[in-house]
Amino acid sequence: MTLALIVILPLLGSLLPLLFKNQGRSLCATMAMVAPVIGLALLWRHADAVFAGQTLIQSRPWLSELGLNISFRLDGLSFLFALMIQGIGLLVILYARYYLSKNDPMGRFFCYLQLFMSAMLGVVLSENLLLLMVFWEMTSLSSFLLIGYWSHSTDARKGARMALAVTGAGGLALLAGILLLGQIVGSYELTDVFAAGEQIRQHALYPVILVLVLLGVFTKSAQFPFHFWLPHAMAAPTPVSAYLHSATMVKAGVFLLARLYPALAGTDLWFYIVSSAGMATLLVGACTALFQHDLKGLLAYSTISHLGLITLLFGLDTRLAAVAAVFHIINHATFKASLFMAAGIIDHETGTRDMRRINGLLRFMPHTAVLAMVAASAMAGVPLLNGFLSKEMFFTETLEQHMLGNWSWLIPLGATLGGVFSVAYSLRFVHDVFFNGKPVNLPKYPPHEPPRYMRVPVEILVVMCLAVGLAPGFTVAGLLAVAAESTVSNALPEYSLAIWHGFNLPLFMSFAAMVLGILVYSLRRPLFDWYARQRDVDAKLVFEAAVQRLVRGAGQITLLLENASLQRYLLCLLLAALVVTGFWLLQLPALRGPVALTPIDGVTLAGAVLTMLSAVATAYWHRLRLVSLVTLSVVGLGVVLAFARFAAPDLALTQISVEVVTIVLLMLALFFLPARTPRESSGLRRGRDLIIALLCGALVGALAFAMLTRPYDSIADFFLANSVTGGGGHNVVNVILVDFRGFDTMGEITVLAIAAIAIYALIDGLRLRVPGADSLGKPWAQRGDLLMLVNLSHVLLPLALMISVYIFLRGHNLPGGGFIAGLITAVALILQYVASGEAWTAQRWPVNYHWLAGAGVLIAGATGVGSWAFGYPFLTSSFGHFHIPLVGEIELATAMLFDLGVYLTVVGATLLILANLGKLPQSRVVGGDF
Amino acid sequence: MELLYAITLAVLTSCGVYLMLRARTFPVVVGLALLSYAVNLYLFATGRLGDAAPAVLGKAGVYADPLPQALVLTAIVIGFAMTAYALVLALRAQGELDSDHVDGKGDH
Repeated sequence: MTLALIVILPLLGSLLPLLFKNQGRSLCATMAMVAPVIGLALLWRHADAVFAGQTLIQSRPWLSELGLNISFRLDGLSFLFALMIQGIGLLVILYARYYLSKNDPMGRFFCYLQLFMSAMLGVVLSENLLLLMVFWEMTSLSSFLLIGYWSHSTDARKGARMALAVTGAGGLALLAGILLLGQIVGSYELTDVFAAGEQIRQHALYPVILVLVLLGVFTKSAQFPFHFWLPHAMAAPTPVSAYLHSATMVKAGVFLLARLYPALAGTDLWFYIVSSAGMATLLVGACTALFQHDLKGLLAYSTISHLGLITLLFGLDTRLAAVAAVFHIINHATFKASLFMAAGIIDHETGTRDMRRINGLLRFMPHTAVLAMVAASAMAGVPLLNGFLSKEMFFTETLEQHMLGNWSWLIPLGATLGGVFSVAYSLRFVHDVFFNGKPVNLPKYPPHEPPRYMRVPVEILVVMCLAVGLAPGFTVAGLLAVAAESTVSNALPEYSLAIWHGFNLPLFMSFAAMVLGILVYSLRRPLFDWYARQRDVDAKLVFEAAVQRLVRGAGQITLLLENASLQRYLLCLLLAALVVTGFWLLQLPALRGPVALTPIDGVTLAGAVLTMLSAVATAYWHRLRLVSLVTLSVVGLGVVLAFARFAAPDLALTQISVEVVTIVLLMLALFFLPARTPRESSGLRRGRDLIIALLCGALVGALAFAMLTRPYDSIADFFLANSVTGGGGHNVVNVILVDFRGFDTMGEITVLAIAAIAIYALIDGLRLRVPGADSLGKPWAQRGDLLMLVNLSHVLLPLALMISVYIFLRGHNLPGGGFIAGLITAVALILQYVASGEAWTAQRWPVNYHWLAGAGVLIAGATGVGSWAFGYPFLTSSFGHFHIPLVGEIELATAMLFDLGVYLTVVGATLLILANLGKLPQSRVVGGDF
Repeated sequence: MELLYAITLAVLTSCGVYLMLRARTFPVVVGLALLSYAVNLYLFATGRLGDAAPAVLGKAGVYADPLPQALVLTAIVIGFAMTAYALVLALRAQGELDSDHVDGKGDH
């Protein structure tokens, strides 16, 4: 997996500069270079294979069910991009070493830079489209960090946010497009996608996919009308602009255009969308660039325009358009990166980027001036430089596309117009900065040449511009051929990279662009005046306003639902439940099902009526809280009886113990809360609530009746049949709890323990006013020696504990078990707290309930893990018969150990809640009347 | 019997819901407890009512469905934890805000 290594290396390498950030700036920068250097070496090992036209694919399954595999691909196109990313990356690191000031945290910068490098390498080397998507989003995130590197500046923060919002939104669209693509092809591997190109283009969803993918491409590559984020991203340090916004990240969009070219290109729709977006971007970018007074602004709009040119070429889809596009990607990366670096040097040495102030720098920094002039000439497309070659090819291709019929001449005309402005703004860059009189009011004066090694990266890039321009056949031809070949996925037609093609139309177009460009520049004064009179639309303000409108709108919608009123939330929930459930209930042909009703006996009827009356009483007297508490306990007893009546002794035992604990708890709480509820709801409100309550009740009743009168299939037979043989117990309910569904129970007691701890945390530090008198004004008794209760409770405790042990032991075979035994123990202990007080009990029963609950969960978990030691799955139980002296033959199962865990958790959690609440009056007395 | 059971559930639910819509914490907790009863009884009834014997294997021929019982058993215990949590939350609100209104509105 050397390809994966190339991607991962910078990710690991991003830690190195952080480790060495205090060991000197040079060492920090050197450490940042380690990963790209090794990466380049790894890449070089595959160079021979790539140049022989092979495609290297390294794949390892990951989430194959989702179509996501760790698969990487190295062909000509990805080789070219990987080379640029790592090569220019190295130059940028060297440059940034001198660019960053002493106050800038350098380690962090190089860390971000390598994060980005890793993401970008992932994008270009991915074979799997979903994997590519992951890296694509990583580039957006890491570029956010890089643009916002100077986080103290508002512009940087806003620019970073805008870039993230625009490219992130495009990323979402791209993801949707890729998912659709994968659905059609049945695989996300590029090889399969390429093979299914025809199938994709014929598919009914092709236009949708194309638009979604292009949204991702256009936002990333700053194509019109999404281009506005790029100039604002110039708030980033200049090395970032040189790297991300000329050579790499903005090229990710056009890279994807090239990558998916075999799958998506070749249709009319492709031509119309891609080439018109490209043409619009080319013209808008080139025109706007001329009017920028900011050096980096000019370069940013020029970048937009060149990206438009590349997009236009891919859109033209003519014989050699893809070759020209790939060629221009290479050329643009070299000359634009060097220009950004030169701009950074000028900014660094003069303290400003305003071209109205920096003039005549040739005298101060001749060396830099020459480098910048050569690079700017390449940008303008001056012969003998690389920009000229790809621009000639571009002009040639514009003449080849005849899709527009009689209007086809518009394409070369637009291209020439773009060329005119490109010459004009290049000329402005050179003339304004290096000639044009003397500098005006520079913050740093006099400017001088930058440190030696800061110029080296620029020199290397400019030499490359020259070398490619002078001898394309010896330098770039091979790389271009393999890259273009893997772009179109086919053998390339004949073409020549010669400088001289004879007198032809493209040459004339170049010539015209030169002459007209010089003319436009010489007319710049009236043009600038005209531009200054135009209403200036600041994209940032528009964008910020849109974002704030969105946030406000979202806030209003949220407030509509979330008005911080529990009553409102409950109302919404109940209404939703009514509508959703009610709708389906109404679909039933008859409420009553085919199963015959069972007869009612008198005792059950009496119990049910009592339960219902108590429930109504609870609601009716709810403002008299103690009364409603008493009636609530009667309802609880009714429920206990119902469980007992319908053959559920375990449930009846559990419910009655829980009932005791709950009522004690509510009594305790009532001590601190007002004893009466004021009447505050209006009659209308009460009527509304009553109607909703009745509807909910009717719904539940109808649902229950419909269910009870319908036949059903249960898996109960399995449990009944396997309880003894598989779980070693006769009480099937308990066997389910501790064995068949032991994992559920494990989760359940964990929740119980967590709830207890959360309650403990809520009680901790709670300060409550302790009322001195009841609601009628009668003072509470201060001493409460309940002689009978104290003595009885002391006698009861051992008996209750013995019973709980008995209930626990028999639980596997008769009603009982850990839950019930735990609750009985808890009730017995709570009785001691109630009768004898917290201090008395704590003194004689010094148990830490946290530990008890925690130990319970651990014991249950350990029992489960224990099965692993014997090679069984988690929580497999085993059982055997043992002979214990005096007691006799008994059957013991490991499930009993698990049940012990349940028992301890229940005791611990219950007492953790109640004992701490009971402690409150003793320790937190604040006093005062209520 | 089924009809009686369903009506009982309906009454319990209605009372629980009505109390949960009140504006003070204590009635809401009581309502929650009532609703828990109804929900547990409902879940329990998915195993159907009838005259089957408890699911303790022995001589009986027809046993009640043990699965809903096991479900409800844990639900009862968790329901207690939930009631306790809601109640302590109410106490905390009383302590911090000196009000037992569900939305923490002061009444002083």
